[in-house]
Amino acid sequence: MARRSASILNRLLAKNPPSPFTAPTRSITYMPRPGDGAPRTVTLIPGDGIGPLVTGAVEQVMEAMHAPVHFERYEVLGHMRRVPEEVIESVKRNKVCLKGGLATPVGGGVSSLNMQLRKELDIFASLVNCINVPGLATRHENVDIVVIRENTEGEYSGLEHEVVPGVVESLKVITKFCSERIARYAFEYAYLNNRKKVTAVHKANIMKLADGLFLESCREVAKHYPGITYNEIIVDNCCMQLVAKPEQFDVMVTPNLYGNLVANTAAGIAGGTGVMPGGNVGAEHAIFEQGASAGNVGNDKIVEQKKANPVALLLSSAMMLRHLRFPTFADRLETAVKQVIQEGKCRTKDLGGDCTTQEVVDAVIAALE
Amino acid sequence: MSRQSFSLLKSLGRIASGSKTQTRSVTYMPRPGDGKPRPVTLIPGDGVGPLVTNAVEQVMDAMHAPVYFEPFVVHGDMKSLPEGLLESIKKNKVCLKGGLKTPVGGGVSSLNVNLRKELDLFASLVNCFNLPGLASRHENVDIVVIRENTEGEYAGLEHEVVPGVVESLKVITKFCSERIAKYAFEYAYLNNRKKVTAVHKANIMKLADGLFLESCQEVAKKYPSIAYNEIIVDNCCMQLVARPEQFDVMVTPNLYGNLVANTAAGIAGGTGVMPGGNVGAEYAVFEQGASAGNVGKDTTQEQKNANPVALLLSSAMMLRHLQFPSFADRLETAVKRVIAEGKCRTEDLGGNSTTQEVVDAVIANLD
Repeated sequence: MARRSASILNRLLAKNPPSPFTAPTRSITYMPRPGDGAPRTVTLIPGDGIGPLVTGAVEQVMEAMHAPVHFERYEVLGHMRRVPEEVIESVKRNKVCLKGGLATPVGGGVSSLNMQLRKELDIFASLVNCINVPGLATRHENVDIVVIRENTEGEYSGLEHEVVPGVVESLKVITKFCSERIARYAFEYAYLNNRKKVTAVHKANIMKLADGLFLESCREVAKHYPGITYNEIIVDNCCMQLVAKPEQFDVMVTPNLYGNLVANTAAGIAGGTGVMPGGNVGAEHAIFEQGASAGNVGNDKIVEQKKANPVALLLSSAMMLRHLRFPTFADRLETAVKQVIQEGKCRTKDLGGDCTTQEVVDAVIAALE
Repeated sequence: MSRQSFSLLKSLGRIASGSKTQTRSVTYMPRPGDGKPRPVTLIPGDGVGPLVTNAVEQVMDAMHAPVYFEPFVVHGDMKSLPEGLLESIKKNKVCLKGGLKTPVGGGVSSLNVNLRKELDLFASLVNCFNLPGLASRHENVDIVVIRENTEGEYAGLEHEVVPGVVESLKVITKFCSERIAKYAFEYAYLNNRKKVTAVHKANIMKLADGLFLESCQEVAKKYPSIAYNEIIVDNCCMQLVARPEQFDVMVTPNLYGNLVANTAAGIAGGTGVMPGGNVGAEYAVFEQGASAGNVGKDTTQEQKNANPVALLLSSAMMLRHLQFPSFADRLETAVKRVIAEGKCRTEDLGGNSTTQEVVDAVIANLD
């Protein structure tokens, strides 16, 4: 069957050569409520490393689009002890935040500020959409995976202690409450975005109680959504399947650590962490940042040469615009970014080109309708 | 691999047939709890109303959309709106309406206008555009008519001065003109439209339409990137049928809006396919965009071949208004596919299918 369909595919493709990239137009317009066009305030945290570079890119593009968004910038650096109070107040007030990246020092006992922000604001779901971008060649085709990762507990509880000198215990905490709400969010996401399958990723053969509790919660929620297929996969097999047959995955719901690894793997097979959008959401607040950031906040060379890839944060800010109910602006931004990538003339180093961040930003602004 | 290629073949086949599925890769990240079902007040109405609202109910059911309807029986010849209807709409904030037949003459005020005034739905919006696959005499039509909904010639203030002499008051206020102008420009800004045209007859009604124009001009100053121009309504009607591509968003007082909307709907494919809605500061009522002919002829009702497309597309607007963009996209795509294929069309589009056959075709085309 595969060989037959390959020849049919070839014939169809020959008859209809892929058309130049056209913007998705929606004729049924979005009928806003009066007052919907009022500008919204968004907290902006440039951060460390490449953070200021890529958030600067977003600010420039938002201005070029005249988007109804204005940013309240706050200085936060990864080596601070805590996130400043005023930043948390600002996010609570504005409900939405855009973040570059905060470098977490390795070891040393200083807790990650990224984690602190997520716990204080109870932002329990992290979402990364790993998808092949048209025009960007990769070894894997047909990748369209959304990884929904529990963001507040699991291996990242930060509860560690030295029992006796030379022996350290690190507690992985799984609760029914958190597992249930992340499962509910994953199925609700699948329902609202017309996704067909949710896969739970676990290691319950080894961690029978902890991951077993996670799985139980997922199974209970799955019963409420008979129209969505649910299955489970052990995380080691999952990593192998991701690189062998990624098209089998649709939405994946995972606890904290597995989610981090799966998201970065999926981002890598689909084009790299420089282009995948993502966000974190809780019941009341949302923080948008680069989807998956293996390598923390980029190496020093990229910062010096100003060659960080702004695409991921630009697409995340498109998600933010959609979250803020400005769908037309989101579409315009997305279309412009995709056009730039497809044309292939202006790409940063991680995509195989040698443009600087500013050149990519200028290309995106030029491509805006 | 075979299953994957089959779905690939299906989507390639669709592309080959000329209709594109709309996919947005940057997904909508909902807030937790956004998937909760929303109640919507439903008014089937008279004439073809119950037929087309039933079509919407069937499609919503097939899609498992997070919407459930609270129906109310209202007929155009009732003296006033029934008890409980206004409470329901005020609670739900959104309503879907078939059509209420307004009796000609007789002094009974229109229930449609009553509803709009009570809920202060001051803006009516109709999107008139060419549908792919539906041939019409005019190409490149994509006009949005935004019409003031509460005053103007429809104030309903008439009296007989002396036997044989009747006065009808047309009322234009700065307050209402300003807010409709503000809504029109805000709409253009949020939907990436480039031009707003004000339609008027201020050469004759210098004070009334003059006030309307002044309000539009003031609001236009706040949106320097949107082009603004004015056109007299008689010239406008002629331009609509001669060169419709020059119009983008049009803002009009009540009566001109009615005429312009129906003309634009007619040139783009007919009132059977144009979506629309009415919105106020707090509520929104969605119905067929433009309904020349009130609620359809008796023969259409008997033979059950009313065109459900307009109300289906309006319910897609409603789903988008309720912040369910994926469902709105699916519905829109399915409806457009059915029209582009051309096999299943009701009488007004040149075919001879019944309403139910069109509904079945739409449901079959849902992804």
